[in-house]
Amino acid sequence: MSSAPTPTTPARRAGTLVHPGVLRTEIRLFRREPGALFWIVCFPALLLAILGSIPSFREHDEALGGLRLVDTYVPVTVLLGMILGGLQAMPQVLTGYRERGILRRMSTTPVRPAALLLAHMVVFAGAALVSALLALLLGRLAFGVRLPAQGFGYALALLLAVAAALALGSLVSALTPTSRIAGAVGSAVLFPMMFCAGLWVPVQSMPDLLARIVGWTPFGAAAQALNGAAAGHWPGWSHLGVLAAWTVLLTAGAARWFRWE
Amino acid sequence: MSPTSAGPIVEVSGLYKSYGGRTVVDGVSFTVEEGEIFGVLGPNGAGKTTTVECVEGLRTPDAGRVRVAGLDPVAEHDRVTRVLGVQLQQSELQAKLTVREALELYASFAPHPADWRPLAERLGLDSRLGTRFAKLSGGQKQRLFIALALIGDPRVVVLDELTTGLDPRARRDTWQLIEDVRASGVTVLLVTHFMEEAQRLCDRIAVIDKGRLAALDTPQGLIRRSAGATVLSFTPSAPLDEDALAALPGLASVTHKDGRLTLSGTDETVDAVLTLLARRRVTAHQLRVTDATLDDAFLDLTETSTP
Repeated sequence: MSSAPTPTTPARRAGTLVHPGVLRTEIRLFRREPGALFWIVCFPALLLAILGSIPSFREHDEALGGLRLVDTYVPVTVLLGMILGGLQAMPQVLTGYRERGILRRMSTTPVRPAALLLAHMVVFAGAALVSALLALLLGRLAFGVRLPAQGFGYALALLLAVAAALALGSLVSALTPTSRIAGAVGSAVLFPMMFCAGLWVPVQSMPDLLARIVGWTPFGAAAQALNGAAAGHWPGWSHLGVLAAWTVLLTAGAARWFRWE
Repeated sequence: MSPTSAGPIVEVSGLYKSYGGRTVVDGVSFTVEEGEIFGVLGPNGAGKTTTVECVEGLRTPDAGRVRVAGLDPVAEHDRVTRVLGVQLQQSELQAKLTVREALELYASFAPHPADWRPLAERLGLDSRLGTRFAKLSGGQKQRLFIALALIGDPRVVVLDELTTGLDPRARRDTWQLIEDVRASGVTVLLVTHFMEEAQRLCDRIAVIDKGRLAALDTPQGLIRRSAGATVLSFTPSAPLDEDALAALPGLASVTHKDGRLTLSGTDETVDAVLTLLARRRVTAHQLRVTDATLDDAFLDLTETSTP
């Protein structure tokens, strides 16, 4: 919460937190954002299609334990949509809602402004999951990438990764006063996060030390958990634990510093 | 089951609010009766908006008591939002939300919403239902916010700088709408720095200056209080000497301009001027006697508290 002017914590108030009308509105508004739709939902699959069409990406590599490069890029593109959305789209929207008085306007109605933030996060999480599903399906149908052998573990890692992306985006929004700054901070965090997820070098191809360091970051851990589950292992508890710990930390930070005005 | 059908619908007593050591509202008290149009008038930065934000439950008072329909706007915020409609001075909606969607959405928040169609028609928004918020003109946005304030069928509506950004015709239409709203039994709390609006609409006006209540009266009462309540102007056929003018009873001000004399004061001043003219056999050409406006009264009231 901010310093002096906002002692009224909307979270304290009784009222509707999940409002179907607000959720429907946010889904509608999201569908009117061609930029966000493209980058979050379509771009990751498109990138996978481009990479997969390069012949060398479809050759088995002993260094990758017999996998092809295109196999290693499926988890990367699965994570890409949520990273792009969580750092580029979501913080700007949430900060903009505060900056332009939309949250304030809503706090004078029986619906809490938190319902608007929550609805937007739900929409964003849905889009990130659709994006992940598209990448998985494209990999399977176009390039014969096997679907994750450990499905339940894969789903768990995926959900945790979405939660971490939501928390990271919320923290960026909490710490930035205007949507312009939110955009700038989001971009600055975006590139290291994409690197850790393995966009430039998949984690399997990273030197051992680097892979271990990256494993301590949210999306590095997510990538390794997804890789494990794809190969049929239960994703390591250490990776899932790192992801969960980041989610808790980032959420706590966002809740601590988010200002309603 | 209204908790306070007997008492005032809005009650503010000893309200005090400061930000970082700067006192913004300093002991303001007033009550608004059900069915009234009550004005909160004051210069920019006088503490008007902070006062009504405490009524809306958007801010917590440092000291004092605020009640809306007998409810505490902070502790019972949820219940207050069901009886209070609010138009904020500065707020926006999602850029790509259409007028229809905004009306439907905000109607869905209320337990017993008003029908938004006649409301939209009344506010001239019916031809703009498919338009996105970002594409609306300033006046259309303003009218949409008035509609959203009324859509929950509130008992009290707070309108903050209602007609800012409206052209004169839209402003007059809006004033008519406010009178209709009151006629339908809704109490109106109107924040403004626009005198003509306050004089035309308000039953009573609280003048706030530097965080304090400078006066609380009907518009006519406020005008009568001002030192120069009546203004008299004419072009004398022969000059009148300064001493005779200065001796006029109740005189507040004298100005000469291009041979025209303008005096302000009380009804007594007017009588004395006419007597003086008759005695000196001076003819007053183009004589005009007008009541002072709320503008004059306001300047008077807010000037006296200037050190």
